[in-house]
Amino acid sequence: MSELIEMQNISLKAAEMVEEGRVHKDLYSDPAIFEEELDKVFNNTWVFVGHASEVPEAGSFKTAYIGRQPVILSRDRKMNLHVLQNRCRHRGATVCEARKGKTKAFTCPYHGWGYGLDGSLRALPKPEEYDGVFDKNELPLESLRVETYQGMVFATFRDDIEPLEDFLGGAKKWIDLFMKQGGGYPVQVLGEHRFNFPGNWKIQLENTTDAYHFPIVHKSFVTSLDEATADIFDFLDGEGFVEDLGNGHSVMVMIPQLVDLEEDLDQPIPARFEQLAQALREEGKSEDEVKKLVRAAHGTGFNLNLFPNVSCSMAFFRVLRPVSVGETEIQHVALGGEGAPVAFNRKRMRLHEHFQGPMGFGTPDDGEAWERVQKGSMAGTDGWILVNRGMNNLHQSKDGNVAGAVCSETGMRGAYRQYKKMMAAGEEK
Amino acid sequence: MKSNTQLLAQVIEFIGYEADLLDHKGYQEWLSLWTDSGLYIVPADLKETDYLNTLNLAMDDADMRRMRVARLENGESVSAISVGETVRMMSRVRVLEAGDDLVIARCAMTLNELRHGKLVTYPANVEYSLKPTADGFKLEQKVVKLLHADGFLRTVSFIF
Repeated sequence: MSELIEMQNISLKAAEMVEEGRVHKDLYSDPAIFEEELDKVFNNTWVFVGHASEVPEAGSFKTAYIGRQPVILSRDRKMNLHVLQNRCRHRGATVCEARKGKTKAFTCPYHGWGYGLDGSLRALPKPEEYDGVFDKNELPLESLRVETYQGMVFATFRDDIEPLEDFLGGAKKWIDLFMKQGGGYPVQVLGEHRFNFPGNWKIQLENTTDAYHFPIVHKSFVTSLDEATADIFDFLDGEGFVEDLGNGHSVMVMIPQLVDLEEDLDQPIPARFEQLAQALREEGKSEDEVKKLVRAAHGTGFNLNLFPNVSCSMAFFRVLRPVSVGETEIQHVALGGEGAPVAFNRKRMRLHEHFQGPMGFGTPDDGEAWERVQKGSMAGTDGWILVNRGMNNLHQSKDGNVAGAVCSETGMRGAYRQYKKMMAAGEEK
Repeated sequence: MKSNTQLLAQVIEFIGYEADLLDHKGYQEWLSLWTDSGLYIVPADLKETDYLNTLNLAMDDADMRRMRVARLENGESVSAISVGETVRMMSRVRVLEAGDDLVIARCAMTLNELRHGKLVTYPANVEYSLKPTADGFKLEQKVVKLLHADGFLRTVSFIF
C-alpha cells in the first residue's frame, strides 16, 4: 500500500530530489518527472513568449511555445497583445505555422474556420449546420493571460497567480539596466539563432548563472579576442557577484563596470570599437552620442536569469524550451536599437554571431559540455549534482538579498529552490 | 549565356578542391583561397540577401575566418576536439554568370558529420562568387544556404 502511494507521488519525489546545495541526477533523465514539470512549472507560472518589437504593428504575430503547448503572440488592430493557444476550436489543427509575419486573420487549413487577431471566431464555411448548436462567440481561440515588462512579453495559463511585476520582483531593476543597451533607442529584436541539444532543460537553466565554466569552456573564444577585451572576460577574480533575486530569478554580475551602460560615458573608445565609432561619426553623431552608443554596443556585464525559461544574457535573450526529458531547444535572440544607426545594429549582429548561435565561437563548446552532463548523469543508479559552490562565502547584497562570489552557484540554488516549491505544490497534505 | 564547358570544368575542379580541403581539415590552405575582401556567409534567414544588415549564423570577413580556423586548430575548443569526420558531396554545379572579373556558380551540397557516433546531415545550396586570377580562382564570397537554416540546428564545430 505504501509503495503504491509513493509511486503516485512522483512530483513529491522530484521535490525531494532538490536539497540546498545538491540535486539528484534523475532530475535530468526521468521522463515522469519531465511530464510533471510541464504541468507544475511551465503551465503554472509566467513564461516568456517574446519581445514587443517582434510584433511591432497591428496584425503582427509570432509563434512560440509554453512548454510543449504551441501559442501565437499577436497584436490586434487596437495594438493590444494577445497570446492564443494555437489550436482550432473545431478539430484541433494549428491555425498558424509561420514563425512570424503579418496577417488579418488566422485561418484553419482543415475546414476554414477563421479567427481574428484577438482570437475571436469570425467566420466558418456553411455555418447553418451549427444553428442552435453553438454561437460563434463561445468558441474563440483560447487566450492566455498576458502581461509585459519593458517590452518583454510573458504569458500564463493561470488567472489566479500574482501579477507579472510582482513575480519579477527584484529582477525588475536589472531588466531596466539591461534595456539600456539600445544606446538611447528602444531595444529591438534583430534576429535569432536557433539550436538544440540532447539534454535536459535545467542544464541550460543552470548555465546562464554559471561563471565558473567560462574561462574553461570558452578558452578558445577568449583566445580569439584582443588583449584588452580578453582582460574584460577574465572576471573570476574580479568584484563580480551572484545575487539571488527570489522567485527563482538571479543575477550574475561578471563585469561590474558594465552594469549601468549610461554611466562612465567619458571612457576612451576601446580599440575593437574604433571602427564603429568612426562609422557613427561619419553618420553625423556627436562625440557624446558616439560614446554612448559604443558603450551600449558592449552589452551589459551581467546575466539576469528569469525562472523558468529566459535569460537576459549580457547582450541577448536566451530562451529555452523543454522538448522532452532529454532534448531542449534554445533561441539566442539578438538585440539592437530601433531606429539606431545602421553601423550600431550591424556591430551588434556581428558581435552576436561571434559568440552565439550554433556556429558561434561559444555555443558549440557549451553544447558539448551540456551533452556530456546529460550522458554522464546516466552513470550509476544513484548520484547527485553539486550546486553548493560558494555556500561558505555568502553575504547580504545592498538590496538585502543573499549573494555570493561571481563563480558561486548561488543563482542555481535560487532557481532550484523555486523549482522545488513548484514541484511540491499541492502535495504537502 | 553560351555553354562554356571549359569554365564549368574549372569551377567544378575548384569546388571539389575546396570541399576536399575542408573535409580533410586543410584549413590553412583553405584560408589562402580567399581574396582579402572575401566573405564566408551562412545565413540564418534564407529570404534575406542583405547579409550585412541581417543576423547570420556566420558572417566571416578575413579576420573572423582566421579566428574561426584558429579556434578549430588550437586544441582549446572541446567541441572542435570532439567533432568527428565530415564528408561532403558537391554536385549539380551550374555557372550562373561568367564575367571576366567574377564568376558566379551554384551547387548542391550534402554534408555528413559523424558526431558522438551519430550521423548528422546538412543539405544545402551553396553559392560561390569566384575571382579569376593568375593562380586560378579566389573566393570573393561563399554563401551556404542550409536547407534547415530556419530550424533548430545542432551546434557546428567545422566549416561548411
